Formats: sequence, structure tokens, C-alpha cells
Amino acid sequence: MNVFLDKDRIRSADAVLEELAPSDSELVIGTINRLKNEPGALLPILHAIQDQLGYIPPSSIPSIAKALRQTAAEVHGVLSFYHHFRKTPPGRRVVQICRAEACQAVGSRNLEQHAKMALGIDYHQTTADNEVTLEPVYCLGNCACGPSVRIGDEIVGRVDAERFDELVEALALQPLEVK
Amino acid sequence: MAAKVFIPRDTTAQALGANQLAEQLAFEACQRQIPLEIVRNGSRGMFWLEPLVEVETAKGRVAYGPVTLSAIPELLDQGLLEGRKEHPLCLGLTEEIPYLKNQQRLTFARAGIIDPVSLADYRQHGGFIGFEKALKLSGQEIVDLVKKSGIRGRGGAAFPAGVKWQTVRDAQGKGPRVQKYVVCNADEGDSGSFADRLVMEADPFMLIEGMAITGLAVGATQGYIYLRSEYPVAAKILDEAIDIAYANGYLGTNIGGSGKAFELEVRLGAEAYICGEETSLLESLEGKRGLVRAKPPLPAIEGLFGQPTVVNNVLTLAAVPYVLAEGAEAYAGKGMGRSRGTMPFQLAGNIKQGGLVELAFGPTLRTLLFDYGGGSLSGRPIRAVQVGGPLGTYLPEKQWDTPLDYEAFAEAGAVLGHGGVVAFDDSVDMAEQARFAMEFCAVESCGKCTPCRIGSVRGVEVIDKVRADQNRDANLILLQDLCDTMRDGSMCAMGGMTPNPVVSALQHFAEDFQRSNSTNQPTISGESRHA
Repeated sequence: MNVFLDKDRIRSADAVLEELAPSDSELVIGTINRLKNEPGALLPILHAIQDQLGYIPPSSIPSIAKALRQTAAEVHGVLSFYHHFRKTPPGRRVVQICRAEACQAVGSRNLEQHAKMALGIDYHQTTADNEVTLEPVYCLGNCACGPSVRIGDEIVGRVDAERFDELVEALALQPLEVK
Repeated sequence: MAAKVFIPRDTTAQALGANQLAEQLAFEACQRQIPLEIVRNGSRGMFWLEPLVEVETAKGRVAYGPVTLSAIPELLDQGLLEGRKEHPLCLGLTEEIPYLKNQQRLTFARAGIIDPVSLADYRQHGGFIGFEKALKLSGQEIVDLVKKSGIRGRGGAAFPAGVKWQTVRDAQGKGPRVQKYVVCNADEGDSGSFADRLVMEADPFMLIEGMAITGLAVGATQGYIYLRSEYPVAAKILDEAIDIAYANGYLGTNIGGSGKAFELEVRLGAEAYICGEETSLLESLEGKRGLVRAKPPLPAIEGLFGQPTVVNNVLTLAAVPYVLAEGAEAYAGKGMGRSRGTMPFQLAGNIKQGGLVELAFGPTLRTLLFDYGGGSLSGRPIRAVQVGGPLGTYLPEKQWDTPLDYEAFAEAGAVLGHGGVVAFDDSVDMAEQARFAMEFCAVESCGKCTPCRIGSVRGVEVIDKVRADQNRDANLILLQDLCDTMRDGSMCAMGGMTPNPVVSALQHFAEDFQRSNSTNQPTISGESRHA
């Protein structure tokens, strides 16, 4: 792909994970204890942790496994099966571009090329300033008004190159809400 | 009296600026000291007109759309709040817009009319009548009604719902504590489909009512809505509606004062297309990887946590209150052949008037594309139409006169699936679309069956070679062979139907595979589970 990749602007995905801060560790344990007795608790636990921290710290896997009486391998298997879950912290914002057919029919292939060029990253990468992580998504259900983009919990329709740049620019000005 | 204005809060309306519009209109009205009530309704499903603003008048609601922020002052100047028709954005009475007027709305009768989280609105528009009737019937009588209505699963497989329910009702279950379940498949992953989303965002109580009736019918006391995480708006609206239903006794330990219990909870998926397959969905609900299970045992006998489970699509469950309220005959009276009732078709992709079109089975694709859709958005000729999601066939123009019903489509070698219709204009490269079908399968395969897991990766490679003119003829034969292997050697529809778009592209758009494409190919852009 003819995407210009400035290596210095890309943060390596595996250069992460320091030990968890005590507050995060408490939050993980609290979440596990709150949900572990739900039927089929693993997905709800993973969602709750990722909603709060932005990712699932690999160091939390043994605690989750123990609480659910599973092996760490089983938990890791689930975590890696679903595209939604991530083991590394994302950038300040996760931007998803819909790659599915209905959006393709109205120009999403050009949009994704443009987005990669504009941000200087490929899918699954984060800009060096840690602002944006770019991810693909397969359908946001906005198929009559594509191409569609999701930023956080907001879905935006009819996104062309120009609109994409506006959205990214607006992100830089937005304070991050605390969940 | 304050003017009453409706601005939708569904995903598409929000994606086109409805929230900002509602805020701005409230602000502008406040500045002018005009009393104003803004209702955040669901969408009418005329998505090209979103954000669609409606104003209540004595003659009915008057529509304006698509309304931009900058148009608000002049709209107010020109009598928006009185429903006056001077402004060019005025569309007249909403109900008289032909796109809407010509539909046969049954499942979507309330969509866009009510506030989705107003119980009073829902009841006022016929909500919970079916539920109240169901409370007076035995479980078997409810199952019999559903059988008689002829309703078939709307998720794609079109299995008769009543037969499935009977199996669950009759199942003995396992272990000392038998717990039957009702699971709603809301993992609407098919591109071009948004009917489930619209039910959940525009009329969520209908789904809740349908699930409670199902619970009464089969003797299940626990329900789950397995919702894809790509639908944050639906998740929020459903959660609000479920809380209200609990607070008003429609869910809980004593539903409708019957002494019977039905608990309901939303569970989020996590971006895995395969979890729309029912056994994979059940695995996911159990907290596991979404690996497809072998059938038998059927989920109706050994489903969630090994217990008898009804798994139905949103649209199937949402049609149930109507069957109870209006009678099985009223439902069965619509449609053609063995395809009874109505089907919400979804017009998407490169189409001028995209949206939801609910009709009795039987219209042709051409009617949908041109009478409703108004042709392509780009203004260029439509060349290919994919029906039924990413595993659906690409239909060339000569097949557009096929009537839209399950059997006629099967005869044409296509699937109706969930009713999504995605139009492409003549700029489409069908070899690229075929490649994408394989790529999508490589990214989304659960990995259980080798033809699906490996075949899809090989499929991408073979199509790349064809497009680069490397041994083209031999590779085209190989591709056909690979498609046969995937179709015959995969357990579920993911591997089994991925050949549909590929083979139909080969068959009907062969010229696209003869072009030389010398540019570098992108690699698989998603994250394969098996890399």
C-alpha cells in the first residue's frame, strides 16, 4: 500500500505496559469481584475493564482467570478472539473507519487511504503524539449514509476526505471526558 | 401552547448532526422566546432526509429535511413551528411522502412516530396489547398462534419460528435445575442491514414485549439481547427502555401481575461477525471464544449453558406482538407463497434514497432500487446489487426482476438473508469486491473449519494473482475449486456462503477478472484471529 509511514511517528505496540498504577489495579480487582458471579461473566468483565482503562492490561489476566476458575490461556484466548478488546493502551481517541460493502459503494476505500496518509499510520497503529489510534470496523449500521466513521461512541456519516480532516482537527481541540 | 417538534435520536440521524440540530433549535427558540417542546423520536427510516425535523399540526406532522444548522433561523422565520410550507426544505405531511405512504408498515408501524423510551407513547400506539392477550393464553396456545401466522426467522435462515418454539417448549432440559432461555440475536453484522438497529432505537418496547411473550410461550424466565458493540446508540436506548419496563412490571418476577417471571439483560458482543451465527453467539454469551458448535444438538434442545434456548433475530421477536394483538391471520394474510408477512428491506450503499422499506414479500429488486431508491446516489448507472449481507450474491441487472421472497431468491441462486440491499454504480471493480469477500472471511472466520480459515486466505492470494495476470486461466479454475471446497467443507454459513459473492462476481462480471491490475495489492487490513 502506498501509505507514507513515518516510523518515528508510530509508537511501537509492544513498547508498553508498565506495572499498573495502584488505583488501576484496585479498579480491575473491584470490577472482577463485582461481575464474577454473573452467568458467562468473562465478556462483561473484559468490557468493563476496557471501558474504564481503555485496554485490558495483560497483568490483569491471571486475576480474571483465578476469579472465573479458568486458565490464563482460556482468558487470553477470549481476549484475542474479539477484535474489540486490546491489550495495549490506545491513543487518546480511537477512530474506526467502516470497511464494509455499503460504505465501499460510496467511497470508503478512498477514505481509508486518505486517513492513513493524513495520520501517517496504518490500521492498528497510534500516532506518535498519542492522539489517534486507527482501527477498521465492519459495519456501524449507518449503511444508507456512508462512509461511516466512529470516534468513541459517536458515529459520523457521509465522511469524505475533507470531513475526515475536520473531525481529526476537532479532536485535537476537544478535552477528553472522564468516564 | 408550546409547539411540538420531533428530531430523531437514531444512529443515522445523529451521524448527520441531529443532536447539534436539536440543541441549536432549542437555543434559537429560547432566544426568540418561543415555547418549544422537542421530542427525540426514532427515525422514520427515510435516511436521505435526515436529520428530518417534524412539527405537529392539526392536520398531522409536517416534515422538513434534511435540515442543516444554518437553515434554522430562516426556517423559523418562515413558519417552521406552524408547519408552514414556504421553505424549500418543507416536505409536506410526513405520512404523505410516497416513500413512506406506499409501504406496508407492520413491524415499523411506530418507528419515528413515538418517543422510543416513552411507555405512554408505546401504549397509546397499541403497545402491550399482544402481551396482555398472551397473559390470558396458555404457552401452547401462544405457540400455536405463532405457528399459524407462518412467521419465519428473519435472521437469514428463514426457519419457521413456531416450530422452533415448540421444540423449546417440549424440551425437558438437563440437570437438576432446568432453566430455559430466550436469546435475541441482535448481532446485526451484515453490511447494508440496519432494520434490527432501527427496531431497537425507534421502538425498543416492541422487542421487549416480543421477548416477554416468547418467554411465556416456551416457559423461559431469562432473556438476553446479544447486541453488537458497534451499536452504542442502540445499547443506550435499550438499557433505558429495559429499566422502564422493569419499573412498570413488564419485566421482573411478576410480569403483568401474572405471577410469572421474565428477566431481561443486554449483553454486548465485541466486534466478531461470526457471533451472529447462533451457536457462536451462545458460546460468546457463555463467556467463550465465538467458535461455531456442531448441530445437533440444536440450541432449542441444548442451547445456552446446555439448556433449551430460543434464539431468534430482533425482527422475528419484534413481529410477535403484532401476531398476538391482531391475530395470526392478519399476519399470514400478507406476503406470497411460503413467505408470509412483511419484510423490512434496507436500501443502502450507492443509492439516492437509502432507508428502510417494509413491504409484504414479493416486490422486485428493480422496484426497490428505482421506485423507492431513486437510482444511484452518484447518478451513474447501478451495475451490481448485493442482497443479504457480505455473504450474499451480487446480482447483475438481468436478475433484478426476481421477486423478493425466500423461495424465488433461492431459485435464482441468491439469498434474501436479512433483507439488506447494497447498490454499486458502474465504477465498481467486481474483482476487488470478490477479493474483499475472501478478505472479510479471513478476518472474521472463527477458525474452526479449515476450508474457511485457510481457504479465505488462499482466496485472497489467488484473486490477487488473477488480478495481476499471473497464470490467470489456471488461477480462475483454482478459485472456483476453492469456492466449492469452502462451500462444501465448512460447518456454518461463514465459510459456506463466502463463495456466494465470489462466484456471482465471477459468473456475472467475468470481464472484471480479465483486467490487468499492476498496482501493489494491500495486504489483509483486518486483524485475522489466526495470523
